Amino acid sequence: MTKMKKTKPLSVEKENRPEVNPSRRSFLNTLWVVLGGLALVEVVALVLAFFRPRKTGIKAGDSAGILEAGSVDKFALNSVTAFVRGKFYLVRLENGGFLALSRKCTHLGCTVPWSSRDVRFVCPCHASVYDIRGEVVTAPAPRPLDLHPVFIENNIVKVDTNQVVKRNTFRPEQVVYRKK
Amino acid sequence: MDRRPRRYFIKEQPMPQPDEMPDRPSLFQRIRYSIFPGTLKTGKDREGYRRLFNSLVLHFRPRTVQEETLRWTLTWGLGGMAVVLVSMLLGTGVLLKFVYQPIPEKAYESILYLQKEVLFGQLIRNIHHWSANALILMSFLHLLRVFFTGAFHAPRQFNWVIGTASFLVILFSNFTGYLLPWDQLAFWAITICTGMLEYMPGIGLWLQGLIQGGPEMGPGTLSRFYAIHTAILPITLLILMPFHFWRIRKAGGLVVPRQPGQGSGERGQSVPAIPNLLLREIVVALVLIACLLVFSMFFDAPLGDKANPGLSPNPTKAPWYFMGIQEMLLHFHPLFALFVIPALMLIALLALPYLNYELNTAGVWFASTKGRSMALIASLAALIGTPLAILADEYLVEVAGRLPTIPTWITNGLVPLAAVLAAVAAFYVFLKRKCAASNTETVQMVFVLLLVVFLVLTVTGIWFRGEGMKLVWPWSGGP
Repeated sequence: MTKMKKTKPLSVEKENRPEVNPSRRSFLNTLWVVLGGLALVEVVALVLAFFRPRKTGIKAGDSAGILEAGSVDKFALNSVTAFVRGKFYLVRLENGGFLALSRKCTHLGCTVPWSSRDVRFVCPCHASVYDIRGEVVTAPAPRPLDLHPVFIENNIVKVDTNQVVKRNTFRPEQVVYRKK
Repeated sequence: MDRRPRRYFIKEQPMPQPDEMPDRPSLFQRIRYSIFPGTLKTGKDREGYRRLFNSLVLHFRPRTVQEETLRWTLTWGLGGMAVVLVSMLLGTGVLLKFVYQPIPEKAYESILYLQKEVLFGQLIRNIHHWSANALILMSFLHLLRVFFTGAFHAPRQFNWVIGTASFLVILFSNFTGYLLPWDQLAFWAITICTGMLEYMPGIGLWLQGLIQGGPEMGPGTLSRFYAIHTAILPITLLILMPFHFWRIRKAGGLVVPRQPGQGSGERGQSVPAIPNLLLREIVVALVLIACLLVFSMFFDAPLGDKANPGLSPNPTKAPWYFMGIQEMLLHFHPLFALFVIPALMLIALLALPYLNYELNTAGVWFASTKGRSMALIASLAALIGTPLAILADEYLVEVAGRLPTIPTWITNGLVPLAAVLAAVAAFYVFLKRKCAASNTETVQMVFVLLLVVFLVLTVTGIWFRGEGMKLVWPWSGGP
């Protein structure tokens, strides 16, 4: 058993306390709230910065993300070649133009295989179907397959896998041709 | 009342006599008395220690409970089972942490190692897996029980919100745990689920990057999911749970069950919680644990091939508890299936206890006799209407094809949603007029209607969707 220490009643202490200037008190209260809010904002910003997605290590325009697909003549007309490392398909259309299609389905991100039998890209997840130019044939995909920029230097096809071009529809300007 | 729950009382026991401290206690005696100083006290004090121990263990249990609330058919032991499952999950989860490696190159191998090399490794993983799935089921049934016994009326309104939040935490725990084995099943299920975030307006892409830890699934995703699964969500749940229990005590215990038409207010007889409540809880816990162990011995947790980012399996399905949403995805524009409709559902669920009710029907199953028949009609309507709507959308209606100039989020999103809401509203008005029902009953009816619709969608997604997400019979050799 501990002996209770006799203390002065609180009310007495309060009465003896000197009057506090009310404006000073409210100022200090406001200051506390502001400082606390500021600290909270800092913490939130810190946490968000900490959780920023990792960088892939390659910046856009850097040569490291550019994949040499091979010489132009290696690709037959009207053909689709899969590049596993770059996660894209190199498409050569009938007119000789090139398109680099991302293999990621625009619906929910499944990997879309090329079916040479149907001459279509058919997504196994939710049955979206794309044609050889990446255009949607059957929903639920909301837009055509994304593109990677293609350029042809010295007859070599190169694909910039770092850049992803989203598009709403197929346009002839998207196709890259060999310079005459 | 002859159908009263059986009661137990602790027999009066003679006061325990204190041990006598020997003049020269041995080392073991000194250690013993240092641990149990109470054994040296006189009888009255010793009884006090026993009480202290009881109140320590049963901190969240009241001293007495109302006799009627002990009835098995009031709670079905669902909340208690959820607690047991959570503790099983914590135990097995900690064990799994010792073997598992959250790195894409090693995660799958560490699961194989766990299953093949670690003694009881497969069993521990099975228990964890099945407990997690059972927890979703139990907490969902618990939610239904609380709703249908009207246990969300004042003063239990906020506890419904806490419970709903806990349910969400449980869902996300399951979801984040789903990825960890890093097999084909996990990889693609999480791929499509994080792919869903893209459709969230405004913050979708940012949120996706935040959760995935990069532009696509990879090491960042795995380490994030691991941290969320093993630290953030369990801690959140462990904070929410005591809060939930404490609010039950604050509300004066569980709702007292009563028949329709029977008034509330009169307090029934109270009985001591120890042993009446405690015994029942222990029985439920032991039976559940036994069932879980036996089940886990015979059924292994699924494990597919190692994740291959280049090959999506066909069909790729979300975890079963998100199957209802996945099924909606086949009928609605993603913006609506993934964002608008789930958000509306969640808001409705949270707002449920705060609607205007004429009657406090706490304790009456399905609110009233009229409420029961209306709930039955609603569930029948949904049970028949939903499959018909799915079939019609699958084979007959092709709105988007006919109106190619209008954006798909209107043709496939707004229009079908409006149609569904109109159907629900028509049903609501019709039954409300016909039955002259109170708000309590009609809200319950709409809840039942939407619930059964969602259940039918979930069942369709799990068993009636085959390759290429086409409708199949479950027995025609599906996955």
